[in-house]
Amino acid sequence: MMNLESIPIQAFLIVSSALFCIGIWGLLNSRNAVRVLMSIELMLNAVNINLMAFSSYVDNNLIQGQVFTIFVITVAAAEAAVGLAILLSLYRNRVTVDMESFNLLKW
Amino acid sequence: MSIAITTQIICFIILSLVILIGALGVVLLESIVYSAFLLGGVFMSVAGLYLLLNASFVAAAQVLVYVGAVNVLIIFAIMLVNKKEDLKPISDIKSRRIISTSICLTLLSLLIRVDLTNVWPLSSPQNSIGEESTIRIGEHLFSDYLLPFEVASVLLLMAMIGAIVLARRDVMSKDISTGLPVDQELIEKSSEPLLTNKN
Repeated sequence: MMNLESIPIQAFLIVSSALFCIGIWGLLNSRNAVRVLMSIELMLNAVNINLMAFSSYVDNNLIQGQVFTIFVITVAAAEAAVGLAILLSLYRNRVTVDMESFNLLKW
Repeated sequence: MSIAITTQIICFIILSLVILIGALGVVLLESIVYSAFLLGGVFMSVAGLYLLLNASFVAAAQVLVYVGAVNVLIIFAIMLVNKKEDLKPISDIKSRRIISTSICLTLLSLLIRVDLTNVWPLSSPQNSIGEESTIRIGEHLFSDYLLPFEVASVLLLMAMIGAIVLARRDVMSKDISTGLPVDQELIEKSSEPLLTNKN
C-alpha cells in the first residue's frame, strides 16, 4: 500500500468528472422525460462532490464549499418539484413523455 | 478523521464504484423504475462520500433532501405518467449516439486531464475542522450568507406554489352554466388531450 496521509483530492475530482459526463450522456440520449430529469440530478450531484472536495482539501477553515452545497441542494429540490410539475402538465396535454415528440419550438 | 487510511481508501473505492455503476444504470437501463431506485442508491453513496470528507451535516441533508424528497418525487412522477408506449424509431439514431458519446468522452478526458495536471493549493493538515463543520455552516448561514439563505426560502416558496399551480387539475364544485353540483367522477377522468396530433 502506498504511504498516504489521506485520499488524494484527484480521486474525488475524477469520480465527479465521470459522474458529470454520465449525466450529460443521459441528458442527450434519453427518450423518457423523467430520465432527463434524473440525469440533471446526477450532474448536480457531481458538482456537489466537487464543491465538497475542494472545501475539505483547499478551504478547510472556512468551508464555504459546504455552504454552497447546501444551496445547490436547495435549488435542486426546487428544480425537481417544478420540473416534474411541468412534466405532468405536459403529459396531460400530449399523452406522452417521449422527448422526440416535444418539438413545438423546433426550427 | 480518525479512521485509518486503509479503511478510508477501501470505503472510497466501494462508494465510487457504486456511484459510477449506479449512474450508468440510471442512464442505460430499459426500465425507468429500476433507474429511479438506482438513483436513490447513487444519492446514498454520494452521502457516504460526504461522510468521508468529514461533512456530516451535508451528508444528512443529502439523505433527507435527495433520497427523502427528490427521489420519492421522481417515483411519484413515474407512477403518474406510467404508460407503456411504443417509441417511434429515429432514423439517424446511430449518428446521434456516436456524436453524443464522442462529445462526452472528449469532455471526460479534458476534465480528467485538468484534474490530474493542475497543482491544487492544498492546505495542510486536511480535514482539520472535523465535527465543527456544522457549527461553521451555521455561522456562515447567519452572517455572510444571510441574504442567499433568505432568498433560498423565497425560492422554495415560489417553487412550491409554482408546482401546485402547474400540476393541479381545475376542479369546480359547481357547474358554471347550470349551477348544479358537478359529478365528482369527472375529476378522475382525463380531459381531452390537446395538440396530440401535431407533430
